[in-house]
Amino acid sequence: MLRGLAGDGAAHAQLLGALAGHLRAYFSRRGAEADAEDLVQETLLAIHLKRDTYDVRQPFTPWAYAVGRYKLLDHFRRRGVRRAVPLEDAGVLLASDNPEEGAVRRDLDRLLGELPPRQRALVEDVKLAGHSIEEAARRQGFTPGAAKVAVHRSLQKLAGLVRS
Amino acid sequence: MRTRDLVALLAEDTGPAGPRPFAPRLLAAAAAGAAISIAILAAWLGFRPLAPAMHSPSYWMKTAYTLLLTAAALAASVRLARPGGRLGAALLLGVVTVGWLAMMAGQETMRAPPGAMAHLWLGDTWRVCPFRILALAAPILAVVLWAMRRAAPTRPALAGAAAGLLAGAIGATVYGLYCEEASAAFVVAWYSLGVAACAAIGAAVGARLLRW
Repeated sequence: MLRGLAGDGAAHAQLLGALAGHLRAYFSRRGAEADAEDLVQETLLAIHLKRDTYDVRQPFTPWAYAVGRYKLLDHFRRRGVRRAVPLEDAGVLLASDNPEEGAVRRDLDRLLGELPPRQRALVEDVKLAGHSIEEAARRQGFTPGAAKVAVHRSLQKLAGLVRS
Repeated sequence: MRTRDLVALLAEDTGPAGPRPFAPRLLAAAAAGAAISIAILAAWLGFRPLAPAMHSPSYWMKTAYTLLLTAAALAASVRLARPGGRLGAALLLGVVTVGWLAMMAGQETMRAPPGAMAHLWLGDTWRVCPFRILALAAPILAVVLWAMRRAAPTRPALAGAAAGLLAGAIGATVYGLYCEEASAAFVVAWYSLGVAACAAIGAAVGARLLRW
């Protein structure tokens, strides 16, 4: 997490990838099996966008699970299900992560369609073709700085769309 | 989109995201709100004569009460604005502050001659006091909630209540620049009511506004 905060993309990807497994197991255990993959994606997006609220002096795991728990409760609230999920139990689940990806219900690709065309093209270049932001920026006629801002804005927009 | 692709996408978005401490931003928001509130008081009710107030123990008792509540609410807001934050010492400070003034009010009540009891608790302005505090706190609440939206409270209603308590306590401090009620009993009853109403509004608004 610390290296990711410092701008190390590879370390950030490694962390988010590992978290995805833990979160998938967490959500499945907590009675959201069918929507686990959507919740994983929503939580990863939230952790990414709110990573500046993580206090580096505090342990990382409780912070990440507090975000996951919040997303789960928010999910139940929207579904009209009331369940209590004690945060204290979250640590136990660390032992059993599930690396297999489940099926997504709410496809983020569909939500991507609601972004402005240029932003969408940029994001898809990064995501699908596996280009780095610099390459994608060149292909879509952005300056690298503007591309970074555009990708960041797109992710924020996406997080908003996921919630609605 | 597969989660793996999302992770790859997020890893490309590694702008400068060093931890931005929330406390300074909250303080700035609270100070801006207080300035607006003081301006409103100046235009609306004006100030009490401030020089005698500075020498009056009752003014300082009142101000100490609202400032201690402000401190407790600040601590609570900072803690609740981040995932996994707990109230801890902030709650204790709040409870001790209210308990302290309630004890002062109790002592006053026991010492008061029988006929003076009503005036001690109701003063001259009990009907308007909570509403005025609420009015002075409203702009502060708006600014503080706006600042908190950019943080990540995982208990939105509770975080909203802390923001409301903060706004109410600052609003009450500002109102103290006008109000000449001097008894602890009055302050613990009617000031607290205005502050508590603001916290309740903060909780209701926060539950909706502070989602992310």
